[in-house]
Amino acid sequence: MAGRPIAPRPLSPHLGIWKWQVHAIVSILHRITGNAMALGAMWLFLWWLVAAATGAEAYGVFLDAATGWFGIVIGIGCTWLFFQHLCSGIRHLVMDTGAAFDLAVSRRAAFATLVASVALTALTWAAIILTKGL
Amino acid sequence: MGAGTDLGRVRGLGAAKEGVHHWWMQRVTAIANIALMLWFVASLVRLPSLDHGSVVLWLRQPVAAVPMLLLILSVFWHFRLGVQVLLEDYLHGPTRVLAMLALNFYALAGGAAAVFAVLKIALGNA
Repeated sequence: MAGRPIAPRPLSPHLGIWKWQVHAIVSILHRITGNAMALGAMWLFLWWLVAAATGAEAYGVFLDAATGWFGIVIGIGCTWLFFQHLCSGIRHLVMDTGAAFDLAVSRRAAFATLVASVALTALTWAAIILTKGL
Repeated sequence: MGAGTDLGRVRGLGAAKEGVHHWWMQRVTAIANIALMLWFVASLVRLPSLDHGSVVLWLRQPVAAVPMLLLILSVFWHFRLGVQVLLEDYLHGPTRVLAMLALNFYALAGGAAAVFAVLKIALGNA
């Protein structure tokens, strides 16, 4: 051992050298979107509910913030968080049954969650804008 | 699964004393969340307006208040389980214990506030 040149040994692969693929992105997005809703969007949900329970004046403060451009951007963001977590959550439930582990199927399903979450967010906000004229 | 007799496996689940309860409840609440959250989003979109009067009138109906209470229970339970996994992955030692304690308080206090708000509206005091 000693004195002999040591050949560079391969290191255990970690995030830094893995190529990002759609499954990995959707997987980490599931964690990010879930925790962002738990630790962030939950406050907005509480603000909305508690303001409604407090009275018209408190609710007005919420509504002014929610219908300003910043509020709408946050609202669209939260809608996407929800739909992305929903779609990849459904994918997880399917995989819990042992199905859809095939590489090609898994990749297509992961990609589909991204497409579906954006489409559902657009659809929801199109419906809001059309019916409420925000 | 380790060695041992069938009886031994049924009686004791090892030092943890429980097996898949966390995993299972996360799935149970996930399925409930699918139905309840889609109902919630669809209901908000379908409300004639999102002003105070419309929201209060809507939540005064039992068909809205009861699903809202179930939604709060299921969603807050679900995120309590989910954030626990995050904390277990990234925090260690005393920090993790404190964070877990804070998570329990956070989920319970948030859930209580939300339930109280719904009840106050539903029972006609807002």
